[in-house]
Amino acid sequence: MLPLSGERLDAKGIVSRKVNSIDTLHGSSTVKRGFAHMLKNGVVMDVTTVEQAQIAEEAGAVSVMVLDKLPSEVRKAGGVARTASIRIIEEIMDSVTIPVMAKCRIGHVNEALVLQETDVDMIDESEVLTPADELRHIWKWDFTTPVVNGARSLAEALRRIEEGASMIRTKGEPGTGNVAEAIKHIKKVNDELRTIKSIYDSGDNQDLVRMAREFKVSYDIVEQTAKLGRLPVVNFAAGGIATPADAAYLMSLGCDGIFVGSGIFNSDDAKERARAIVLATTFWNESDKVKEAQKMIDERQSMIGLDVNTLEVRMQDRGGTA
Amino acid sequence: MSISVGVLSIQGDVQENILSAKAALDELGIDGNISDVRTPEEISQLDGIIIPGGESTTIGQLSLVNGSLKVLKEKIQNGMPVLGICAGMIMLSNTASDRIVGKTDQPLLNIFDIKLERNSFGRQRESFETDISLEPINIPKFKGVFIRAPSVTEVGSGVEVLGKFNERIVAIKKDNVIGTAFHPELTEDISLHKYFINLVNSFKN
Repeated sequence: MLPLSGERLDAKGIVSRKVNSIDTLHGSSTVKRGFAHMLKNGVVMDVTTVEQAQIAEEAGAVSVMVLDKLPSEVRKAGGVARTASIRIIEEIMDSVTIPVMAKCRIGHVNEALVLQETDVDMIDESEVLTPADELRHIWKWDFTTPVVNGARSLAEALRRIEEGASMIRTKGEPGTGNVAEAIKHIKKVNDELRTIKSIYDSGDNQDLVRMAREFKVSYDIVEQTAKLGRLPVVNFAAGGIATPADAAYLMSLGCDGIFVGSGIFNSDDAKERARAIVLATTFWNESDKVKEAQKMIDERQSMIGLDVNTLEVRMQDRGGTA
Repeated sequence: MSISVGVLSIQGDVQENILSAKAALDELGIDGNISDVRTPEEISQLDGIIIPGGESTTIGQLSLVNGSLKVLKEKIQNGMPVLGICAGMIMLSNTASDRIVGKTDQPLLNIFDIKLERNSFGRQRESFETDISLEPINIPKFKGVFIRAPSVTEVGSGVEVLGKFNERIVAIKKDNVIGTAFHPELTEDISLHKYFINLVNSFKN
């Protein structure tokens, strides 16, 4: 089992209540990380409207992520990208039964508080929006609502978990329709996990503390992660996923599930593609089913991808050094 | 005879249920194996199955697509023990209604004659842990972890209430079929999994 404890007892996000003299505990790690567990082997889809959210639910998405603009449109529009309109988020919450997530800017505590008050089911502190603080991420232990963060490496992932992230996803390069960066990031995380696991297995604590210092995290979290041989929270793939085969490949690399951003609703066959990506994620290890899913989409309808080497804005670098 | 228990592996908290069920099997010293199952062929070989928590709309649609829903229903009707957790309990019901959206059109197994409300306690911020009691199956104290949990508002014929939280029904049983609104696999306590393994063992032997 993934460790659901590892609680910070001073966390303001943990709330004790009494319901008719029965004690209840809200916002504990068990409850927050447990929420992420329920998404495993599923697809979370970026949406901007009620109609898109309903298409996502009908396609079998486990959750929707509400944005003002899809990442590819953010890229085109330039300027400052902020959290979505609260009214739209609420309309979507009232029209689907699956969980609803929304993005806030990196480090923007009050944007996240607004989303918590809105009662979204999970907050994504996301590099797709313009960072509010390049040096500091949100202290997520103070939130009762769970928060997901992006990471390009094990060091970044563990730093976010130490800040209280309940779930991690790769950053990839959002809004490009190019899966290469997401693959690079999950392979790097896997490679680094293998390294610390072999150090742990060899009993070389001297080397494990060296890794902790290199990662800029505590020895404890490195030791816990090394012992597990995987991230201590649910880990999804995100950034540039556009086809069923993209999703299946990332699942085969050990991801617990998939976020799809612009790939679905920027294509010309959104309905079929949403369904096809869900099928390929669920049945990723049955190649005949992935082929059937891939056949449901038409490559001529795929979003036009972008070469990551010629981008003006590399979203993945945002908040990356903090 | 050795028992074969599966965890439906379409979507959701599969791995944790495998670990809890394995621990339960070991502690009881019962001969058997626990595996993740997805295809109709795999399901047809089982003596018992756990339908884990996840999104009931997703699990329902995808188990319909690959034909496992049909086999599952036949097996349950023939007496195979089932533990349905959260989304799994929703799957076992005959009607589901969402607290906000209302009646939902989703594939269900139609085993429990109950009225069930999805997302009954509210959204994720309202998710909680609390101590509950499952007296009818001799588990006086159990940590209930409720994640966007459903509750049962009415039970029909043959459905026994195993536990309540604040007057709302959160655990039920009908013959060999158990449903819980909370997540036993998210705790260290394996007593509910042990109860289920024993049920499978007495069904088989």
